[in-house]
Amino acid sequence: MSRLNEANIKTALEIIARYPRPKSALIPLLHLAQEQNGYVTNEAMVHLGELVGVTSAEVYGTATFYEMFRFEPVGKYLVNICGTMSCALMGAGDLMHHAEQKLGVKAGGTTADGMFTLAHAECQAACTEAPTLQVNYRFRYKVTNGDFDTLIDDLKNGKLADEIPAHGVVARIRQRIPADRGVGAVAPELVTENPAWMDGKAAL
Amino acid sequence: MTTAIKYPHAAGFVAGDRPKIVTSRFEHADSYTIERFLATGGYAGLRKALGRAATDVHEEVKSATVLGRGGAGFPAGTKWGLTPQQVFPKYLVVNGDESEPGTYKDRLLMERDPHQLIEGCLIACYAAGLSQCFLYIRGEMALAQERVATALNEAYAAGYVGKNILGSKFSVDIVLHWGAGAYVVGEETALIESLEGNRGMPRLKPPFFPAANGLYGQPTIVNNVETLANLPWLMVNGSEAYTAIGTKTSPGTRMVAVSGHVKNPGVFEIINGTTTFRDLLYGAEFCGGIRNDNELKAFVPGGGSAPWFTADQLDLPFEASQVGPAGSMLGSGAIMVMDSTTDIPAAALTLTHFYAHESCGKCTPCREGGTWLERILTRIVEGTGTEADLQQILEVGAMICPGDFPHASNEKLGLAAVPFPYKMTTICFVGPSAFAPLHSAITLFRSEFEARLVKRISIPVTAVSTPPTVWA
Amino acid sequence: MTTVDSNTTAPEPVVDPNAVSVTINGKVVAARKGEMIIAAADRTDDFIPRFCYHPRMEPVGMCRQCLVEVVGPRGPMMVVSCMTPVAEGQVVNTETEGVKKAQEGVLELLLANHPLDCPVCDKGGECPLQDQAFSHGPGESRFVEEKRHYEKPIAISDNVYLDRERCILCDRCTRFADEVAGDALISFTSRGNNTQVMTFPDEPFSSYFSGNTVQICPVGALTAKPYRFKARPWDIEHVESTCTTCSVGCRTVVQSSRDELVRYQGVDSQPVNWGWLCDKGRFNFESINSKDRLLTPLIKDASGNLSATSWSVAIDSAARMLRTALTVSPQSVAIIGGARGTNEDAFAWAQLANALGVDSRDSQLADGLPPQVFSLPQATIADIDTAKTIILLAPDLKEELPVLYLRVRHAAEKRTGRVVEVSPRATGLAGKAWKKVHVEPGKTAAALRALATDAAFMAQVASGSVVVIVGRMNLAESEESVVHALAEVLHLAPQATVLPVLRRGNVRGSITAGLTPRNGGKSTAEILEAASAGKIECLVLLGADPLSDVPDADLARRGLSGARNIIAIDTFITQSSATADIVLPAAAYGEKEGTTTNLEGRISNVAQSITPVGTSRPDWMIAVELGTATLHELGFTSYGEVHAAMISRVSEFAPAADTHAVEHDGVIIAHPSPITLTRADGASNERNSYDYRAVVSRKLYDKAIGTAKSPSLVSLAPSAAVIVNPLDVPRIGAQVGESVRVTSQRATLVLSLQESVDVLRGTAWLPINLGGSDVRELLDVSKDVIDLKIEKMS
Ligand SMILES: Cc1cc2nc3c(=O)[nH]c(=O)nc-3n(C[C@H](O)[C@H](O)[C@H](O)COP(=O)(O)O)c2cc1C
Ligand code: SF4
Ligand code: SF4
Ligand code: SF4
Ligand code: FES
Ligand code: FES
Repeated sequence: MSRLNEANIKTALEIIARYPRPKSALIPLLHLAQEQNGYVTNEAMVHLGELVGVTSAEVYGTATFYEMFRFEPVGKYLVNICGTMSCALMGAGDLMHHAEQKLGVKAGGTTADGMFTLAHAECQAACTEAPTLQVNYRFRYKVTNGDFDTLIDDLKNGKLADEIPAHGVVARIRQRIPADRGVGAVAPELVTENPAWMDGKAAL
Repeated sequence: MTTAIKYPHAAGFVAGDRPKIVTSRFEHADSYTIERFLATGGYAGLRKALGRAATDVHEEVKSATVLGRGGAGFPAGTKWGLTPQQVFPKYLVVNGDESEPGTYKDRLLMERDPHQLIEGCLIACYAAGLSQCFLYIRGEMALAQERVATALNEAYAAGYVGKNILGSKFSVDIVLHWGAGAYVVGEETALIESLEGNRGMPRLKPPFFPAANGLYGQPTIVNNVETLANLPWLMVNGSEAYTAIGTKTSPGTRMVAVSGHVKNPGVFEIINGTTTFRDLLYGAEFCGGIRNDNELKAFVPGGGSAPWFTADQLDLPFEASQVGPAGSMLGSGAIMVMDSTTDIPAAALTLTHFYAHESCGKCTPCREGGTWLERILTRIVEGTGTEADLQQILEVGAMICPGDFPHASNEKLGLAAVPFPYKMTTICFVGPSAFAPLHSAITLFRSEFEARLVKRISIPVTAVSTPPTVWA
Repeated sequence: MTTVDSNTTAPEPVVDPNAVSVTINGKVVAARKGEMIIAAADRTDDFIPRFCYHPRMEPVGMCRQCLVEVVGPRGPMMVVSCMTPVAEGQVVNTETEGVKKAQEGVLELLLANHPLDCPVCDKGGECPLQDQAFSHGPGESRFVEEKRHYEKPIAISDNVYLDRERCILCDRCTRFADEVAGDALISFTSRGNNTQVMTFPDEPFSSYFSGNTVQICPVGALTAKPYRFKARPWDIEHVESTCTTCSVGCRTVVQSSRDELVRYQGVDSQPVNWGWLCDKGRFNFESINSKDRLLTPLIKDASGNLSATSWSVAIDSAARMLRTALTVSPQSVAIIGGARGTNEDAFAWAQLANALGVDSRDSQLADGLPPQVFSLPQATIADIDTAKTIILLAPDLKEELPVLYLRVRHAAEKRTGRVVEVSPRATGLAGKAWKKVHVEPGKTAAALRALATDAAFMAQVASGSVVVIVGRMNLAESEESVVHALAEVLHLAPQATVLPVLRRGNVRGSITAGLTPRNGGKSTAEILEAASAGKIECLVLLGADPLSDVPDADLARRGLSGARNIIAIDTFITQSSATADIVLPAAAYGEKEGTTTNLEGRISNVAQSITPVGTSRPDWMIAVELGTATLHELGFTSYGEVHAAMISRVSEFAPAADTHAVEHDGVIIAHPSPITLTRADGASNERNSYDYRAVVSRKLYDKAIGTAKSPSLVSLAPSAAVIVNPLDVPRIGAQVGESVRVTSQRATLVLSLQESVDVLRGTAWLPINLGGSDVRELLDVSKDVIDLKIEKMS
């Protein structure tokens, strides 16, 4: 089942409806597809093209631009070690070296049991806490070699299942706009006047 | 209504005893909840704004001179005024893509006070007549996305966002949008492309100035998270109170992250315009000096794209009109500090690698030149570079940025400053940014490069994907 | 201002508000507001190098090759000239040291990863990268690193190969596919230094326009299979010509090498094709090189087989056949065809027919429109650009007149005009239509009449100029019904002009030249009917193949077997010419000179670039010879003479005297004075609710000889099917893909059942002339509409 399933189609339609043009929903929908299957399948891309009204080649063009999308299965836990300047200054190179030893794979590789994919990453906006890493986009700060070992062991033992979902899930909480509260998205060409509050008077 | 999030949020903030405009709630562990927000004056700024005509609110923001915090430092009120009056709809796109090396502040603001950002968005939409807001959060920031989603759900339910806000005629949706990993998308026109579902490749300005021709070709305001987070406080306290902090040209406060070889790295809300780099690096309330009391070798004053400073520039204040002529920029409030142990060519390589890797590929000089620079530099770092390679770096750099490239003055080397900005053959600043750190490094520390060269003909090598680390 | 009194002073010159004057390298250049610097500079002698800029597409400013300096208040600024508009008083320098250095830098960077395999590259010798590296490059590359590597050329469609190592990522092909063709099947993928052009995995770039990307690719990254390694640019001879595959009449450069056609390239003709060609027109030159071409005349021998003979024997026999028939009566001689030839061919044949007293001649094959449509106020193709409303009462332009489709699509895309699609099914333009009037066959006129009460529609047509594109949208519906519908449209929009879209190459020219019934002569359907009744002694097929082209298989079969003698003039043995008594080999496109007339009545030249194969000769020459043999001298014996005679004897062709224009953008024929159409109540044509009303139309690639004999195109033709709305599938009870029985009053066929939302409920779409069952068996040209039963096979 690598097209979107029923529940996700519903979510997808809800997301699409928030934008004045359907194609705007593409990146959130690619995440949805990755969430469902762990990576972005070709069938899902075809499906998304149908949902937002563009060709599969356009979906593919967009998807391959962004690094978070994977087109082949990756480990359940994607371990991204930051190697940009602040982290590098604080020992990210050694941490990566240690991680490669610990996991027995080179950066970019996936462990044989399919549990871990180790990757080099760029600045994660946590520079003061260097060196940093993310496991499925959950942070660990000022990571020592010992911290790394503990992290891997905890992940293996399922101790962090609660905090860190499997690869593909980024945010576990979605925006929901209640039908009676939302203004709704309108294609720009259908908007014919300035917003109501631009009348020179206070709104309250 | 609050969904409990039990996992720790962004660390590193250091409060200190200074005026707080955007971090006032950070002392509370539950600062991100609507309860705490409302209990600490939340949405009062919005209420105040809605009690005035939109144009009035716009004027207030204009007179406060809220400088953009995303990098370019353009005043928000002035930017809003650039949209054509009779073209609608207009949009607000919030830039929460924070990924400039060294930059760490927007994520704090989103994870720890999401309602403040929402309130800021609402005030901006109200003042500038923007009929829909898209809050674009960097893809890799899972917790920030969760916190903002939760906050939005709460705010919708409580009537702060959506139809007839607070029962008024003001109605606006805020749509949470999230990216998928591409630094260049932080550039505003690329952000818009990305929000349209496209590859995040920047558009040429002109003709694509977002304020006139942005999202779906409509007038669009792109503002940074921190810029917008200033607005609630400004509405409550007024522009006079705002400009009373800082200097005339750089009023208010700003968030600054100092990382690298300092004793106490951290993120600080500092007073704009007056705080100096020396205060930040050495002041006890800030970083307290260089680690192990080593000597300072160099520092990046404004994010990875900025030309480097050395101890000679420590007394410059956080003031664009002084930092620019000195040869660099304040950018996104990101300082990265290198002490005397730093391997300069290798440090520069991490940044050149970053920008080469993050090139969108649209323009030739950046796509081809960035990688070329990275390859040569890699060779030099690995000890197989030649004198010709060093020269070649500067020539490839000139293909991206013709003419004199800005750099700091240096007394020891007898260098006079070349002021910011530079000329460029590229569409956006990513291409030049691959060269900037390298140019600074070579200009200020040429001997470190020369020491690495071999005096024989080199054998070409392929770039390695991971920059090597050759320092402690 | 033509009538200025000699006493008064000259009037104030009118100041054009859009005129701008700029200084480029010290020379003052007149430009227009909104124009880019590079376009203005192109009118001077100074060339600004460029790769991504293409005058027919939106600029992207991506390659950075066209950097120039604009002098601003703070000194010279470096800008890309392809995306910087001109401004009054602007001073531009394109040759300063700074500019030279910047341009050299960009070129060196572009070459950095380029494989430089020019000696084995199809583009070598005509490559903008090669040329500009020479004229604007640094002269040497200092890039010593290893270059990017990709799998060498990969086929991205049946006819296009992509070599990503050579690609310089200029976005021309991808922009073309998306912006111009609307087939965004190729895209940039990945990012930064790994950016590449790609299709979606396993989804080829199957666009009718793919060949254009090969033409506009500034390097040898995209190559076309029909040309790969065929010739080297320096061996090639070029002549400018016109494509006559369909009646758009795109301007082309025909290229040949060693007396063989090797390639067609589009020429940017403002009034016609803007440089684009469709793949059928671009690649079907292969059929002219085909080994199956007729090389000598053929004559039926005693055992009834066609065998080779000499021209003198063939002409004598043909003349004898004609004379014998004429002794029976001139009404027993008929000519079908002529639309495939040049104006001169048709003219010579019309003159021969006049001389022989043959009034039954028709260059339409019972699938066209009455020639009166040419007497309505006419629109040109370029009028589409300025029309406020474009009403499509026409076949699917994408399938039948592809480059015209691009023009209409452009108007809709750029919102210069709104498209109203009146059609029995959604066509390729449906997605771009402002209003769709999808109506089942037989009810079009009524549906249009009802639009009179549609306020939005009426306001739209009243808002400005209206162009009605009119043609046979359904071959299973009579031509009268089109005329009725057109009369309704012209009633609603009296100011509208009409663009008739008859699709065969030179159908308008041959009708104008006189190959159309006169003095009560018969049309093609009538000729075939008469032949079937034994009333035709001699039937001339002038490049016509009624057995495959007349949309009524039974009629064509009866006609050809009923005709006593058949003389065929053709380039191939076709279904019909195979039944002839005498076959005369005709010279094809590219083998003869002449002029042709496109659908809007534009006369432009077709050029000879190779010698005719075998002993084949142009149709006009055959007419002259038959004239001589039947003792009717036509008054011309050379091409120059026939061309001159045509211009002087046919007043519509008089403008063709402007030779220079004819050899470039062409001239519009002189129109007869406009007529008006009278509205008529069409029959109500109610359909039995169990039936499906037939919609029959053409696909771009079908069994037509030009496609069938072009190896690169032949496999692109789909096979026959009956296509219904998905909601009708359950009613039929068969699965999609299953064979079903389709029955009309004429015949029963077995066809594969397909579904498409483009098809209206209660109708069935049957593309014609494809492999498999012959849909024409179901049709009857004497009927207004055709109703079908579709049944599951038991
Ligand atoms: C390459 C590049 C990356 C950028 N990244 C960011 C970013 O991550 N966040 C941000 O707010 N602005 C970023 N900017 C600046 C934006 O283009 C834009 O100026 C800013 O979002 C405007 O908001 P402000 O006026 O509130 O500062 C970037 C600019 C460039 C050229
Ligand atoms: S400078 Fe680099 S990132 Fe910016 S548009 Fe050009 S190629 Fe893209
Ligand atoms: S394949 Fe050719 S046209 Fe397409 S981007 Fe590459 S160089 Fe340009
Ligand atoms: S549209 Fe018609 S005239 Fe133009 S290239 Fe195609 S077949 Fe030839
Ligand atoms: S450099 Fe590693 S988080 Fe910024
Ligand atoms: S031609 Fe102008 S940037 Fe490419």
